[in-house]
Amino acid sequence: MEAVSTTHTVKSFYLLLAVLIPLVGSLVVMTQKNRPNLRELVSSCSSVLLFLVVLSFIPALKAGQTLVFPIFQLLPGLSITLRADGFSMIFALVASSLWVIAVFYSMGYMRAHDEPCQTRFNACFALAIFGAIGVAFADNLLTLYLFYEIVSVCTYPLVAHHQDKESYDGARKYIVYLTTTAKLFLLPALILIYVLVGNLDFPHTISTGILPADTADWLVIMLYFFCLFGFAKNGIMPFHHWLPSAMVAPTPVSALLHAVAVVKVGVFCTTRVMLYVFGVEIMTDLNLGIFTAYFVGFTIIMASIIALSKDNLKARLAYSTVSQLSYIILGVALLTPAAIEGGLIHIVNHAFAKITLFFCAGAIYIAAHKKYISEMSGLGRIMPFTFGAFAVASLSMIGVPPVAGFVSKWYLLVGSMDAHQVGILVILIVSTVLNVGYFAPVTYKAFFGKRPPGETETGIREAPLSMLIPLLIAVTVSVIIGIFPNFMMQFVRMVTG
Amino acid sequence: MDLLLIKEGFPLLTFLIFLPLAGAVVLLLYQGEKFARLWTLAITSVTALFSLLLIIGFDRSTPKYQFAEVYDWIPRFDISYIVGIDGISILLVVLTTLIMPFCVLASWKYIKTRVALFMFCLLIMEMAMIGVFVALDFILFFIFWEFMLIPMYLLIAIWGGPRKVYASIKFFIYTLAGSVLLLVAIIALYLQTGSFFIPDMMWQSYTTIFQVLVFLAFFLAFAIKVPMFPFHTWLPAAHVEAPTAGSVLLASILLKMGTYGMLRFCLPITPEATLLLATPILWLSIAGILYGGFTALAQQDMKKLIAYSSVGHMGFVTLGIFVLNSRGLEGAILQMINHGVTTGALFLCVGMIYERIHSRELSLAAGLGKYMPWMATFLVVFSLAAFGFPGTNAFISELLVLAGAFEYSIVLALAAIPGAVLAAAYMLRMLQKVVWGGVNNPDQSNLTDLTVREIVILTPFLIFVFWIGLGPQPFIDLMHTSVQHLLEQFHGWHDQHQVTATLWR
Repeated sequence: MEAVSTTHTVKSFYLLLAVLIPLVGSLVVMTQKNRPNLRELVSSCSSVLLFLVVLSFIPALKAGQTLVFPIFQLLPGLSITLRADGFSMIFALVASSLWVIAVFYSMGYMRAHDEPCQTRFNACFALAIFGAIGVAFADNLLTLYLFYEIVSVCTYPLVAHHQDKESYDGARKYIVYLTTTAKLFLLPALILIYVLVGNLDFPHTISTGILPADTADWLVIMLYFFCLFGFAKNGIMPFHHWLPSAMVAPTPVSALLHAVAVVKVGVFCTTRVMLYVFGVEIMTDLNLGIFTAYFVGFTIIMASIIALSKDNLKARLAYSTVSQLSYIILGVALLTPAAIEGGLIHIVNHAFAKITLFFCAGAIYIAAHKKYISEMSGLGRIMPFTFGAFAVASLSMIGVPPVAGFVSKWYLLVGSMDAHQVGILVILIVSTVLNVGYFAPVTYKAFFGKRPPGETETGIREAPLSMLIPLLIAVTVSVIIGIFPNFMMQFVRMVTG
Repeated sequence: MDLLLIKEGFPLLTFLIFLPLAGAVVLLLYQGEKFARLWTLAITSVTALFSLLLIIGFDRSTPKYQFAEVYDWIPRFDISYIVGIDGISILLVVLTTLIMPFCVLASWKYIKTRVALFMFCLLIMEMAMIGVFVALDFILFFIFWEFMLIPMYLLIAIWGGPRKVYASIKFFIYTLAGSVLLLVAIIALYLQTGSFFIPDMMWQSYTTIFQVLVFLAFFLAFAIKVPMFPFHTWLPAAHVEAPTAGSVLLASILLKMGTYGMLRFCLPITPEATLLLATPILWLSIAGILYGGFTALAQQDMKKLIAYSSVGHMGFVTLGIFVLNSRGLEGAILQMINHGVTTGALFLCVGMIYERIHSRELSLAAGLGKYMPWMATFLVVFSLAAFGFPGTNAFISELLVLAGAFEYSIVLALAAIPGAVLAAAYMLRMLQKVVWGGVNNPDQSNLTDLTVREIVILTPFLIFVFWIGLGPQPFIDLMHTSVQHLLEQFHGWHDQHQVTATLWR
């Protein structure tokens, strides 16, 4: 990784292309209301195209380059500019590759379920990816904020998709939490930083941040907490309630958006700001890192306990997400290289495992119309592939080798030892036990439990192939990146240098 | 008179003022309905085109008054006809001329009775509005200022809604009450300086008590016009009852005259009083931002909702003006333009909805997005712009105003932030209702989507939303020199006079 020290920036038009593909895809989808096959073809083509464009950045990054593309210059020091560095690749690769899988899955789900308004659904889905890719490639805080807000607004129609009272209520809660926190905390933080610094551009290293050295401590601390709570998509308690209520959305939405795109946008923004706006030095000097680690440690434990009490599978997964997101922030907040690497790699590992779990929940719902875990006992024998994938993905969540989750947990544990934080070590271990507590019974009952009395097994079989294949691909990737973690780790190491 | 860059040759500003008047006179002679519409559209379009010459010929490097014209008028009383524009007024003049053709188009089908008279009022309004922004003689200014009152009163009182009499009288009395004090202040200044030429009155060494009194007279007149909390109660009534074109004119242009007055008169003529009274006015602005936001959140009537949102948005303008730094002032001027664009567009949208469902009730408009996708698209963009979504015009101006406020005082700026949250809340609430509705939407399936005429009306607003939102620099360049000059003069005056005006800080 000696190339990192000689970083130089190269202007690349392909960055703009990467952001435009989902946007244009979405616009084309809107015009193809009456041709479902063509519409889905456009969706899947744009997803594949996007993935290829993102992949094409890898050689340049490996050569030590940072790609940039300025789009609009608003005011002196304020611009909308894109950038691809190691950090952005972590998220961009995850979001674009999972979009490919999710497009096929949602095609199967939405058609098998005969959902209404599939055009709107597909268009908004692509718009949400547009926002997520924009967040990944944001070169400054303003661009980050712009795309963050785009994700909030464009996912509202997805959450409210069923247009009944429950989904309207859930969607209202969703949008109220996300826009309120963004406006109340993020907007003043953004403007204050602009006033203090004169621009909002991210630097190229994580050590110093951008705040001037003579900034008053109380101001830095205030700004920090504004940023931490402003990105409420990161699911940190007490601003996490939007996430469980957003689970009224159709399962493909829950899968891609609320296990991957939306929540990872929150976590990505939070960690991006922690490392590139405040920087490791200021975070260490003011003890902000350690405080944050313990603060989100509370979320990790509490959310796991709540997850234990949920019988609705999607709700249990939602609280599991709340808990796992805080792993990422905890890792970065510890500020030791290993912990940062563990946190960031968990963005990838959690994404593949959690999308598998949500895909399974959707497949179970389509095949057997079951939402509650208590109704699923014995189903594993009828749907071995689905529940097998569920089991492997759970292992990743728990952190068992050779599945990907083990890699993150390993780095996190090493990192917390490096930081000499026994408390954090305890939190991680307790949380692992709780993970076992709420994941193991699902698989166990499915394979070894008896079918509930009165339930017949006739007519239940595996979900359609268009759902089963994406699900199996996702879980396979989970295993592969567990055995060969270096492909993703190279980008993470570009961050820590 | 070295402050003026005299325009040689074609008298452009005079032409812009008197072309609408000439058009109005023709309408008195020939009153056919169809002719009235086409004629007014033609006149306003020509005015708009000619006003673009201002932008082309504007010298961005000087703070002087450009395109100036000076003629003696009543020499016995030192009253002259002097007009000119600088970076503070140019955008407002162009906003006025550009918005007028769309007001005519928006009234195309909406106004069915006494069309010629309606168009006559619009043209007189246009003349007076341009006049207010370009007048450099105080008597001339005052005449234009008062000239707007009657046609606006008629617009509400004749073509207004059910409570038009109440609304129009209230509008009239409020505005008139403010103007009386304005006239007193003008005469008092004349007695001190012996001139009605506005720049002659600026940066003089009046006594503190004189400054404060003049400032308060100015402030009351302008605060009613803005309207600042607590002088705002005429606005929702007038907006709700006015026809669409009237609402657009009120929101986009008339309100700006208050803040324009503050910039043009309060700061340079009474600098000491401005500094003395800035803090209470800033907090009054915050009160307006929050009050407007909360009240808008509770409205069931779409026009009322947008009217109260105006109180909040204009609070940002006064906030920007009285933090007295360059970001604040530039943000404030830009916010005036942006509010004109987005709120004007929102009133047009509501007018279009009203023409279809004959109501402004949110509950009756619920769920029409499904049957009117074009309308929904425009409404989404304008609502997002109204609450300062990044990438739209209002984001830039609110960012500048808040940045200016943060430079002034962190506490003050943080107090304004809930206003931004409230703006998002009431706009998203309206959007959710209109585009999605709830489980029990009224049947909207008989509604037709926007016609070509309506799309043509709304598209230019959409362009400006994104143009100012993504490339605001040309707009700021127009005003930058004048704003810097104003601030230098302001601080220079204070250094020179060594006033101890830190009482309130």
